[in-house]
Amino acid sequence: MKILVAIKQVPDTATQVKISSDPKAIDTAGITWIVSPYDEFAVEEALRIKEKRGQGEVVAVTLGPDRAKEALRSALAMGCDRAIHVNDPALAGADTLTTARALAAVVKQESPQLVLCGRQAIDDDAGAVGAQLAEVLGWPCASWIMEEAVDADAKNIRAGRQVEGGLEIFDIPLPAVLSAQKGLNEPRYPTLKGIMGAKKKEIKDVKAADLGLASTTPELSITALEALPARAPGRIIPGELKDAVKELVRSLREDAKAI
Amino acid sequence: MAGAIWCVVEDDRKGTPKKVMAEVLGEAVRLGGAIEAVWLTDKATDDGLQQLAAWGATKVWLLENAGLAPYRGETWVPPLAELAAKESPKAILAPVTSRMREFMARLAARLGVGLAADSVSLAMDGDKLVATRPVYAGKLLSKVTWAKQPWIATLRPNVFKPAEAQAGKTAQVERVSATIPAAQMKLVERREEAATGLPELTEAEIVISGGRGMKGPENYVILEEMGAVIGAAVGASRAAVDAGWRPHRFQIGQTGRTISPKLYLGFGVSGAIQHLAGMRTSKVIVAINKDPEAPIFKIADYGIVADLFEVVPELTKEFKRLLEK
Repeated sequence: MKILVAIKQVPDTATQVKISSDPKAIDTAGITWIVSPYDEFAVEEALRIKEKRGQGEVVAVTLGPDRAKEALRSALAMGCDRAIHVNDPALAGADTLTTARALAAVVKQESPQLVLCGRQAIDDDAGAVGAQLAEVLGWPCASWIMEEAVDADAKNIRAGRQVEGGLEIFDIPLPAVLSAQKGLNEPRYPTLKGIMGAKKKEIKDVKAADLGLASTTPELSITALEALPARAPGRIIPGELKDAVKELVRSLREDAKAI
Repeated sequence: MAGAIWCVVEDDRKGTPKKVMAEVLGEAVRLGGAIEAVWLTDKATDDGLQQLAAWGATKVWLLENAGLAPYRGETWVPPLAELAAKESPKAILAPVTSRMREFMARLAARLGVGLAADSVSLAMDGDKLVATRPVYAGKLLSKVTWAKQPWIATLRPNVFKPAEAQAGKTAQVERVSATIPAAQMKLVERREEAATGLPELTEAEIVISGGRGMKGPENYVILEEMGAVIGAAVGASRAAVDAGWRPHRFQIGQTGRTISPKLYLGFGVSGAIQHLAGMRTSKVIVAINKDPEAPIFKIADYGIVADLFEVVPELTKEFKRLLEK
């Protein structure tokens, strides 16, 4: 069974993100880049499916600039077999739909039975690419999955998607797209052997033209990034605990009207 | 400008629109023009239709069909895409919920238009709509605009001002007899979480959060007791979730849920960047922590430097006294 995992390179969660001199972009100086955490769950799940079946291939794919190759190396170090890097300046301003279309073109060339991705990349936070990829391909999809099981003949996957108040378990014929929610698994750390081995694995560079993309013009464009409005300074309520608590409740009721 | 604003209805799966629809319709009314609701359901109720009218919909496109339950993108997208192609709405708005998040993404792909996911503000700039959406888990805001109509956006709950229900208003109900494609996905079971009796984290107007200072899973019961008194959801920081004290679905922050309640109360939460990112758009922030240097105090409106295990019982008692008045 062949599985494609779509990943994205994003700033580490501890990063203080700042706007660059171009108001549409962030300042990338000094940023530590990681594989988006939800995508790591997707990589881990793909590897587990392959290991359980005792055969198959896991291909990692990303869309991004040169530095995104590091994310692919991480996925290869975890155990993916090879990687595809859609690396084209024409796709620099790609919105979720352009990204989904580019990934769909890769899927058509690779013909996997399953595509896994994270529920959202933690930079743009749109959480749309997986569902849009499924739509472009005309495949079924299940978002925010917490568990899955592929049947013996790889014709069907049973997946549980997280919804308000519980899980909905579906039988889904393959091929399909699934997006991973936290809790699906605990991603492995790459071993030293894995890291060394990753250096020998193939990363294929792909341009928009190789994918036959009709247009790379985004449907949604960023006009500006803004810092959050600063919060008014707060106050520490001093005094005896009982009095402080009383004062807090009074403030919440009378000043903030929050309760 | 021609074309209505469509508000896609999220309901309780029993025929009643969710309260968050007041926010979506309220924002649509504020933007102006013809405001219409679009309701895909296996069963609508008259009360539900009336509720949409009271919140400002002048027309309800009703797609009522047994094949629409449960939600599956493959059955919901084609009929709505077909209707949109025929009626040319200028915008399609929906609240952020588990199924609307996926549905609007697929619909935008089907229609070949942009999607502004999880928007916190919408405004007209000349004849273009501009959406503001938090990125990097709310560390920055991104202003986005569309290349063409319909402008599709999902709206974060608890942010937009809800429409006041106006009794006596009516809406024209237009039943749409759409063909629903046969579903490939088959529902096997729905596994309900043990009911806490408290509201859902992303929908709650008040959220209580317990961090590493809670010391262990057994202590969250005191936060749940407070939650029951003030009608709050109880969440947790990543440190507490990673320690196995709370399930992942309760995690607030960059790799959990992003929330914007009217009131956030953090107990023993230090305020790591990734937690602050998930809750800093809360309207009022209260922090209780023993450590006066905890970063959460920098963004808190009110803080008490004290042991949470002494504060919580006292605060629950005071809340009870206030609300029983």
